[in-house]
Amino acid sequence: MPIWNNYGMGRRHFMQHMATAAATLPAVNFLSHLQANAATVKANNKACILLWMSGGPPTIDIWDLKPGSKNGGEFRPIDTAAPGVQISEHMPGTAKVFKDLSIVRSMSTREADHGRGRYFMHTGYVPNPTVTHPTFGSVVSYEIGRSRTALEIPSFVSVGGGSGQAGFLGMSHAPFVVGSDGRINNAPTDDAKKRLPGRLEMLAAVESNFIKSKRGELPEAHKDVYKNAVNLMTSRQMAAFDVDKADPSFGLEAETEETKAMYNPAPGGGAAMGMRGGNGFGQSLLMARRLVQTGVPFVEVNLGGWDLHQDVFNTLSQQRLPVLDRGISGLVTDLKQRGMLDDTVIVWMGEFGRTPRINQNTGRDHWAASWSNMIGGGGLTNGQAVGATDADGVRVADNSKAYLPGDIWATVAHAMQIPLNTVHTSKRGRPMKLANGGTPIKELLG
Amino acid sequence: MNRLPQWIKRITGASVGVSVFFAGVSMSNTGLGEDAAELSTVEFIDANIQQGYEDNEIRPSAVAGDDEWVRRVYLDIAGRIPTLEEVKQYLSDESPRKKTALIGELLDSQDYVRNFTTIWANNCIGRRTPRRVSRKGMEKFFREAFAKNRPWDEVVVDIVTGEGHFEENGAVNYTLAQMQMADEAVQLTAMTTKMFLGMQVQCTQCHNHPFNNWQQSQFWEFNSFFRQVRKIEHRKVDPETGRRVDDFSEVVTRDFSGPVFFEKRSGLMQVAFPIYQGTKVDPNAFDRRKEFGKLLVAADNGETPLIAKAFVNRVWGQFFGYGFTRPVDDMGPHNPASHPDVLERLAADFVSSEYDVKQLISWVANSVPYSLTSRFGDDNEIDNPSAGEMPLFSHMYIKSMQAEQLYDSLISATNAHKSGKGGWEAQESQRRRWMQQFVAAFDTDENDEATTFNGTIPQALMMMNSELINKAVNAERGSFLFETVTKPGKDAEKLQELYLAALSRRPSRSEIGKAQKLFSAYGRNGKLYAYQDLFWALLNSNEFICVH
Repeated sequence: MPIWNNYGMGRRHFMQHMATAAATLPAVNFLSHLQANAATVKANNKACILLWMSGGPPTIDIWDLKPGSKNGGEFRPIDTAAPGVQISEHMPGTAKVFKDLSIVRSMSTREADHGRGRYFMHTGYVPNPTVTHPTFGSVVSYEIGRSRTALEIPSFVSVGGGSGQAGFLGMSHAPFVVGSDGRINNAPTDDAKKRLPGRLEMLAAVESNFIKSKRGELPEAHKDVYKNAVNLMTSRQMAAFDVDKADPSFGLEAETEETKAMYNPAPGGGAAMGMRGGNGFGQSLLMARRLVQTGVPFVEVNLGGWDLHQDVFNTLSQQRLPVLDRGISGLVTDLKQRGMLDDTVIVWMGEFGRTPRINQNTGRDHWAASWSNMIGGGGLTNGQAVGATDADGVRVADNSKAYLPGDIWATVAHAMQIPLNTVHTSKRGRPMKLANGGTPIKELLG
Repeated sequence: MNRLPQWIKRITGASVGVSVFFAGVSMSNTGLGEDAAELSTVEFIDANIQQGYEDNEIRPSAVAGDDEWVRRVYLDIAGRIPTLEEVKQYLSDESPRKKTALIGELLDSQDYVRNFTTIWANNCIGRRTPRRVSRKGMEKFFREAFAKNRPWDEVVVDIVTGEGHFEENGAVNYTLAQMQMADEAVQLTAMTTKMFLGMQVQCTQCHNHPFNNWQQSQFWEFNSFFRQVRKIEHRKVDPETGRRVDDFSEVVTRDFSGPVFFEKRSGLMQVAFPIYQGTKVDPNAFDRRKEFGKLLVAADNGETPLIAKAFVNRVWGQFFGYGFTRPVDDMGPHNPASHPDVLERLAADFVSSEYDVKQLISWVANSVPYSLTSRFGDDNEIDNPSAGEMPLFSHMYIKSMQAEQLYDSLISATNAHKSGKGGWEAQESQRRRWMQQFVAAFDTDENDEATTFNGTIPQALMMMNSELINKAVNAERGSFLFETVTKPGKDAEKLQELYLAALSRRPSRSEIGKAQKLFSAYGRNGKLYAYQDLFWALLNSNEFICVH
């Protein structure tokens, strides 16, 4: 269905309008995109999938157990496929694939408030009222997404939201938020698609005046976002969001039941979580893999429910960890089978860890002084635990280097071949170092 | 700067905090002399802000045209754009006092009550109502407060000290919303100080404040006031199914005396007693929150109560897009105000007016800075807070409409309100259902939430393709578009009506020319389509979604 062919308006006529009245609205350059083949995407196929644990996960019960300590809790450690590295007994699937993953056990981040921690971990910068730092997904969108001209869907997708803002990199690098079912709200009907060219012409005519009058950047940003939205609406790459859809031109198949099962706990285990995003997590990760396959360089997947001020052990063993374990092992296995793991770096983090001390409600509170992140894939030297906490988990061990989120993101940048000396400029003209000048974790570099 | 400890440099990136600090100091030194006290509140605002232009060697933008201003004031006070009739009426009014008159009219309207109820219900319980909290109760409380123009100090005390059934005393829903987790009232403490006192003490829960002298103990002293609060979530038996189901929630005061214990970073346990601004309350007080309420409004130390300053800063921020501090709820020695004298004067006069909310809004909206256009020129280009600069209020800053404002504005622009369905509750619930597509919860004890109504793609898709927009442009019989397009008259006149309804202004001659040229491509039989597409474009334009 040729999109320009309505109301007697010929393609040439329409394209002329688009070129003159609205160089601003390249609504229909999707054709050239469609013709670009998957090879262009393949040329640079680095990607990052961030598993965001909203609420602050108790890493002392997952990645850095303290058996024998008063803070140790109820879980036992088990061996993993990586010699010498032990993790929680409730993460058996992850333990099996641990050769491709690593733990950083000496995160020390100071921010133990959800909002501040979320910002710090996502950006590498402490919140500052006069500037909005870009969340790292926006940095990747800016650095890598812009050059992927065959990509018509947004280059930073957030499944579940809460990923932060693009800040001074501009609205077109903001996360595109979708639900775990991948359904795009308010997708256009066929009729709406047909009428789009005429409407966009009208829009260009209406908007130009306001953009030209000096009113700051909001009107400009609006235009950029509409451009992205139009690209998305008319793109066949939308199939990446729907795990049951195939589009051979991007190498996308409809996912089989076996593949889906890899990502999800068996019915019963963890299925009770309903709206807290339990079972949605597996599907979200599967969608993330499809998005990466299509060329999206940064996908964030949110798993909530970690703010465990009470009843931490039952909740972990019966709800959170089965879902997390299955999700991680499924993702690693699937990426590996498809030969995508070396180009896809996986990061696992939340706002902060949780208190080593167990409170009177059998919960753990907020704790940023000593906790763990997980990182894997991406061609890094995996299968290790970097850094350590002391015997009770209350501080970073004396002989261990403490790490900040900037160091994690610098490691990701290294894996994605984003030059570490990249500097962005804030709106005020201040230089901002990539990942706040963090250093890649040397043990993880190949 | 060089004397700052290394870790401060590392976490602040560079010297931002310091330069803001100096900007604040230079501003507060530009006093207006001894005559200042004789100026009326609005004159004082105008003169002080004017002084800021001179000190920074800029010139303010021109006063906005009637069309720009009328749209702005409707959005800020009534929460929606003016209807076609309302715009026409204002534009044709020749009274020199029409601005003040309109501000007064809007403050007496139902729409003001609705708008401020929405804003404050969202502030207190979020857009996504937490479990076992009654939005209906919370909204009823604010609706009464704003409709009767209850003094703000009474409103705050009711919220902070409220007890009882969540629909009989709607104020308690604030407390219920902050008590989603068994966290020893930590969230209630943090939110209360932030929302009503403009103090962000939440980081001092775990350590002393890095940039001022707030101590960790202070957090727990605040917290001590809230430790007698208990919520009860009642259940009842459903007579039809015989099952137990949720009934009402309730806030009660429980028997708790003695100090609160907290853990220092060193691991030492310490005690804290209920102390507010240096005044200690008897830990055996029967109801500590009542004592807290009394302290909040007390002004015996000669200083303007924080609840007044915090509210003034919020209202200013709501009208200008930027408050005197950034963020508006983080005031204190570490974060000096851009215009401390204006803030202080407004707050003091607000207290003298017995916390008259409408009076405060009227002062803000009648000020000269509020009347300026959002266009800026070479003379005041540097006044750009979105780049991190201190606001000088030399032109109006553009804001994005909130989701509720957009919804209500679409209804105004398309005459949907005339089809008159349901009362307050029905309309509210319709809007609320629509809102849900944009709200996601973070699932934390802070009960915070993210919105995708933030100018990104989901919002654009909604504006382009949603049912709401389809309804607005589908030109059904009786709709605004249908009536306008089918009545006799020239295209140019009809175009004018469309522009007035959507953008509250008349189209320029060149805009009419452009539209007519585009219309010709639709052919004679496509006229209705052409109008639909133009109206779609007007509603999707940057000018529509911006409050300017």
